[in-house]
Amino acid sequence: MSVRTLKIDDKDVAVEAGTSIMDAAKEAGVPIPKLCHLEGLTPVGACRMCLVEIEGLNKLLPACVTEVSEGMVIHTQTPKLQEYRRMNVELIFAEGNHVCSICVANGNCELQDVAIEVGMDHSRFPYRFPDRGVDLSHPLFGIDHNRCILCTRCVRVCDEVEGAHVWDVAQRGAACYIVSGLNQPWGEVDACTSCGKCVDACPTGAIFKQGSTTGEKQADADTLEFLYTAREKHQWTR
Amino acid sequence: MDLQSLQDIAKAERDRQKPVRVHCCTSTGCRAADAMGIYGNLQQAVKDHHLDDHVEVVGVGCMGFCGRGPLVQVDPDERLYEEVVPDDAASIIEAMAGGEAKPIQGDPQHPFFAKQMRVVREYSGKIDPERIEDYIAVGGYQSLHKAIYEMTPAEVVDQVSQSGLRGRGGGGYPTGLKWATVAKMPEGQKYIICNGDEGDPGAFMDRSILESDPHLVLEGMAIAGYAVGANHGYIYVRAEYPLAIARLQKGIQQAKKYGLLGSQIFDSPFDFKIDIRIGAGAFVCGEETALIQSIEGGRGNPVPRPPYPAETGLYDCPTLINNVETLANITAIIRNGADWYASIGTENSKGTKIFALTGKIRNNGLIEVPMGITLRQIVEEMGGGVPDGEVKAVQTGGPSGGCIPKSMLDTPVDYDSLRKVGSMMGSGGMVVMDDTTSMVGIAQFYMEFCRGETCGKCVPCRTGTVQLYAMLSKILKRQATAADLVQMEALCEMVRDTSLCGLGQTAPNPVLSTLKYFREEYEELLIEPEYLRDLKGKATASEVGG
Repeated sequence: MSVRTLKIDDKDVAVEAGTSIMDAAKEAGVPIPKLCHLEGLTPVGACRMCLVEIEGLNKLLPACVTEVSEGMVIHTQTPKLQEYRRMNVELIFAEGNHVCSICVANGNCELQDVAIEVGMDHSRFPYRFPDRGVDLSHPLFGIDHNRCILCTRCVRVCDEVEGAHVWDVAQRGAACYIVSGLNQPWGEVDACTSCGKCVDACPTGAIFKQGSTTGEKQADADTLEFLYTAREKHQWTR
Repeated sequence: MDLQSLQDIAKAERDRQKPVRVHCCTSTGCRAADAMGIYGNLQQAVKDHHLDDHVEVVGVGCMGFCGRGPLVQVDPDERLYEEVVPDDAASIIEAMAGGEAKPIQGDPQHPFFAKQMRVVREYSGKIDPERIEDYIAVGGYQSLHKAIYEMTPAEVVDQVSQSGLRGRGGGGYPTGLKWATVAKMPEGQKYIICNGDEGDPGAFMDRSILESDPHLVLEGMAIAGYAVGANHGYIYVRAEYPLAIARLQKGIQQAKKYGLLGSQIFDSPFDFKIDIRIGAGAFVCGEETALIQSIEGGRGNPVPRPPYPAETGLYDCPTLINNVETLANITAIIRNGADWYASIGTENSKGTKIFALTGKIRNNGLIEVPMGITLRQIVEEMGGGVPDGEVKAVQTGGPSGGCIPKSMLDTPVDYDSLRKVGSMMGSGGMVVMDDTTSMVGIAQFYMEFCRGETCGKCVPCRTGTVQLYAMLSKILKRQATAADLVQMEALCEMVRDTSLCGLGQTAPNPVLSTLKYFREEYEELLIEPEYLRDLKGKATASEVGG
């Protein structure tokens, strides 16, 4: 095993070669905000919340997909990054219909947490109020596209962990939405095993258990990490 | 197939060709104006006048002067007919017997042609793209033979490096370096991809190459395959180019039949096959990682680099991905040598570049010019300037590029100079604007394009382009204030710095470059913020009251 030493926000850290900056920062105890990344799923670098500055590089790089290299000097909280992250969260809030006070995930929402973390209390960009639907055709779960941030965690967890590939992304740009099956109502998709992993993977209140009301969704993303560790490392620990 | 039989085919073809060849453009642009009708009538007229013995009508590719099409040129007397209609065909043939031709005669020595330097387009508009023999007759596939039998793969890579050729798709990455990287990857399955997903508004250089001289690209790909150790190539062409696809298909079949593609090319151990993949109408698939996803059958979403395709590309194998025009330069480099190629152009930008000259300009069409020529020479001398009024700006680089103002028309056209003035070479679109063009409107047009073409994977590009478009529309509707302008600039920077792929990173360029050079046009459209109007209103009221 070869080791790489680097500096993250003035903290020295030594990690195994091939580790991502995200994992190295976790070891160093430096929090990096994230939305699309979930331990155990293929990182995609889509939400751009985890961008960091690396000395000597004029490009910002996503911590989740960038491997560490020897002698890297990484900054995770420069004023530029803070401003960009705040704008990013504002853009997400302005894009969908995110109304915390009536959301099942209120108080247990990663988008809400990130907004608080970056100090975003309102959006400076006009809200788009898109016309999006809600699919309650599944007997146990529901998906409210108004609250979806297109992080594709549900797509990946269903494909990579459950192996069912119920979800995918349809259309492009602002018209993108999470599609079930062959653009069928969720309840009609035979591939769905009703395992509920997408509910746990969803960072917001977009995918939820039916019957839950405001603030009642308790998504358990750790379950997925547990499954991943059990599968990859044969350790059944939580 | 060996060199002797290749030369035999060439000789047989030259013997078969008749002394007078009437070239009739059969490319997409002229087809839209019934070039096929002209082609048929020309053939009929030759028959009617019993000239079959020494005159033949050849359906050729693009001659470049698309704005004056359909074009017919007579070889060897070089008479050029412009804006031909099917009824003119008879008189063109009669003119050979001393009659007067009806259609407008163009000047083949016009600066539009005379100032060009044709390396890639050397035989465009001169040979029949649907007959491989015509290509072989002008020396086709001899470079491939030379590479296989007279050079080692390393020497081929070396020649390409020394030529100074840089990627013609827009980025300008040194082609030789890319080849060397793929060549150095451990032996095993490797791929060549030719990126023909040309999508910039107003750009059609690659389409023209594929339609006019498909074998040039096929041969370039085969040489690339030999150089880097790949035995399989893919051409990714957008579905909007049906004629290019048909001619490529025909070309691949003909080359296979002659043993110029497939197994044991020229009886050597080198195998190379080429397959076509057709795009499904997404601009973002021109981005190399998205293109690879698309060939694999997935959704055309870009993925973060590194790893670069040279290391982990198609089906996770080392992949060399080059643009159509880049690969079309290869045969000339192998034939004439790297030093010859490096003698054309400027210090850091070698060779020629094809541009699609469009917009408010007298002479529209495709031009191939040596690097280092100034924008002024292109626009004023070759393009003949703006029909009425004055040039205001020239847009290069499509939705990723920027607008260069009139005052900077003396900028030489090369990768670094264009970047320095806030634009980029891009794939070769060149749109000329006159003084009636609204620069804010132009920025809005390109933003609308990016907003519609973003894949939606990363947040800044998916939502940022929507917000930027809304802001530009607000300015154009005269509803925006100075504060909106500040916010728009901040968002431009954010989208540029944080987007995942080139589409998002360059999407704000048209806005940033028009802001840089035409800021007053934005400011003229701004209104006073409401609180200021209120304050002023109150002040007037109190004056009246007092």
